[in-house]
Amino acid sequence: MGFLEELRTLFPPGRLLTKEAELAPYESDALTAYRKRPLAVALPERKEEVVEAVRLCYRHGVPFVARGSGTSLSGGSLPVEGGLVLALNRMNRILRLDPKARMAVVEPGVVNLEVSRRAAPFGLYYAPDPSSQPISTLGGNVAFNSGGAHCLKYGMTAGHVLALEVVTPKGEVVRLGGESLEGVGPDLHGFFVGTEGLLGVALEITLRLLPKPEAYHTLLAAYGSLEAAGNAVSQVIRSGLLPGAMEIMDRLAIEAAEAAVKAGYPQVEALLIVELEGPKEEVEEEAKLLAQVIQESGATEVRIAQSEAERQAIWKGRKAAFSAVGRLSPDYLVQDGVVPRSRLGEALREIRRLSQAYGLRVANVFHAGDGNLHPLVLYDGKKPGELERAEELAGEILKLCVRLGGSLTGEHGIGVEKKGYMPKMFAPEDLLAMERVKEALDPKGLANRGKVLPDHGQSPHQGGLKTDLGELYA
Amino acid sequence: MPEVFASSLEEVQETVRAHPRLRPKGGGSKPALSSPQEGETLLNLSGLRGILEYAPEEFVFTAYAGTPLKEIEETLRTHGQYLPFHPPLVEQGATLGGTVAAGLSGPMRERFGGLRDFILGVRFVDGEGRAVRGGGKVVKNAAGFPFHRLMVGSLGALGVMVELSFKVFPYPRATRTLRVGLAKRAEALAALEHLRTLPLDLLALDLVPPATLEIRLGGFPESLEKRVQRLQSLLQREGEVLREDEAHWEGVRNLAFLKESPIWVKVPSRLDLIPMLEGLPLGPRRYLAGGELLYAGLDPEGLRALRERAIPHLVLKGEAQQALYPPPPEAFFAPIKRALDPKGRFPLG
Repeated sequence: MGFLEELRTLFPPGRLLTKEAELAPYESDALTAYRKRPLAVALPERKEEVVEAVRLCYRHGVPFVARGSGTSLSGGSLPVEGGLVLALNRMNRILRLDPKARMAVVEPGVVNLEVSRRAAPFGLYYAPDPSSQPISTLGGNVAFNSGGAHCLKYGMTAGHVLALEVVTPKGEVVRLGGESLEGVGPDLHGFFVGTEGLLGVALEITLRLLPKPEAYHTLLAAYGSLEAAGNAVSQVIRSGLLPGAMEIMDRLAIEAAEAAVKAGYPQVEALLIVELEGPKEEVEEEAKLLAQVIQESGATEVRIAQSEAERQAIWKGRKAAFSAVGRLSPDYLVQDGVVPRSRLGEALREIRRLSQAYGLRVANVFHAGDGNLHPLVLYDGKKPGELERAEELAGEILKLCVRLGGSLTGEHGIGVEKKGYMPKMFAPEDLLAMERVKEALDPKGLANRGKVLPDHGQSPHQGGLKTDLGELYA
Repeated sequence: MPEVFASSLEEVQETVRAHPRLRPKGGGSKPALSSPQEGETLLNLSGLRGILEYAPEEFVFTAYAGTPLKEIEETLRTHGQYLPFHPPLVEQGATLGGTVAAGLSGPMRERFGGLRDFILGVRFVDGEGRAVRGGGKVVKNAAGFPFHRLMVGSLGALGVMVELSFKVFPYPRATRTLRVGLAKRAEALAALEHLRTLPLDLLALDLVPPATLEIRLGGFPESLEKRVQRLQSLLQREGEVLREDEAHWEGVRNLAFLKESPIWVKVPSRLDLIPMLEGLPLGPRRYLAGGELLYAGLDPEGLRALRERAIPHLVLKGEAQQALYPPPPEAFFAPIKRALDPKGRFPLG
């Protein structure tokens, strides 16, 4: 029997898509510039079906890509031409939520925000909050080690995953980690997180939950320059405070956000949002110190949320910034490089210079506490050559981040989009070690083939494109 | 027993290429893990020390793996910072690399998480003598395979760590400890369970069997009094408040309570497992981090009991056939081991 015939014995007709029209929605993810036609899309409902499908792929040497909601901005869930797509959205059950153990066991297709929603009645939540959290799935979060606005204090997804059940590319099912916060032996589940589906598919994910902070103190400060806002972040850190989040928006991003959601932001060169969180007595004291630091930082205007509604209003503009930028320009590219926090000023100056040199506007929205930039390169795809120029500019920004001691990606992953830049960040021996691990676990190279690891002798693939789901990211 | 010293990346590379079987050793504070077995050459890394980069404003430092934690913590302290996972055995000479290799965290892991939450990057020498980097030196990074996390708890099986980068945090301005004795174990467990789910931001939450809770708070001196009172009212007990609690917690994290025991183990615990664990013939012990982490002192009978019940554990000190139980899952671990250490120079198979 051929591969498709065998697949048909595994999945009933409604759950195996092979017709052109059915496949079309799966041809790309949120990085819509790339499209690949898969051979088939399977919609498993149970982990046994995933395992059988992976085994079948191994027997027939067919490449496969697992995907959830398809929100990857780096093309991480782009299909392999002629391969199988395992669409895991139907595996969306929270299998166990144990508030006493502060733990949840979920299927990979569960949407991130759903965990916090279900944990809320117990005063608990799931901390990693990528801006895509209303739609992105935990399987994807695990693959990409997703981040969000709170990484400085709470870390990324890897720290919040206690255990994984995984099917390896050879079809072996293995449990990594345990149900305790502590383990013994190599942190294999920690290693699996962030390998972008190259080492297997997560079938079951055990997450740690945290008590929801008791009190928040949210402050919005206006500055006459981006540098001044960046310096304020350093001053906050120097004071010994550890805010839950620190975010900066530049003039272009502020204008866009204001036009989109009317958050009531002052129209200035830069806005800084700082949010403290913790026990109410502690937040009260921290807020006094923060007020002093912000005053000394030369803020031209300071607002403090007096209610949950005012807090949400401050965040609304920030969260809308990405989609809002779409109003200013027909197209834009988004990157998510990281620089050491103390070099934010330098990075921003250089981005401004590049923006002028390339004659393209760049809006900046970023997780300042983590040094995670989100430069949005605005361009018009209808103007000949402008996309190429925008891609080149985005590439310059990535290289700048690496040069300043940072990273190619803070949370979006390498995917297909940035793999050409991997040699800028990693030496040949580093990449070779990754390849050897990949090859040992996946000798036929089937699991998410063509992602992360640069192909030898191939020129760097540059930049990404404006996405349909851009509004979900920040 | 043959012993070689390596105090630079190049020397580690040469040594790896020259010896068929190696066992890395840092400060020797966990002898069950750093004592060479039959046929192994001891790779002494105590000379591979020093802080390479430290930017207090970034909350990040990079140091050689053989650097004693004591040296690192002293440097961090001058800038009001610390390693929030509160590594154990600092007094005994534990190094950064050894702590990562053993995967050890101490009592203050309760507040922000364990070692695995704070490691950012690694440079290691693989079994072929190649220098490999994983992770980075910034607090947020999602590029490439995270080899740094693979090193946590690896017991040196996948490479010799040379450099490590870590995230750090500001040390609390003041601390207080509340010690509350409860009547029975069940009552102590119920209190522990309740406290764990509340947004109290506890630095440490330990159960000292049979029924004493030790709770550490950190923050502004002005807020701490109120927070201690809140805890007292939650527990409906005055307890005993330690204002000068530093020395006490240093003793805890250096596992001073295990001093008399021949065998020291780390056991990943859980609240619901504590009654069962308490039924085993273990010696002095303490459950850290809300009951998630047990350090216990044993004799051979206790170790047998752990094995018989198939309870995962790691022997840090004392005689043991196998320091790690159970071995890592074959289907995932073996290929990685083969990829990074094809000639089987390092421990664990």
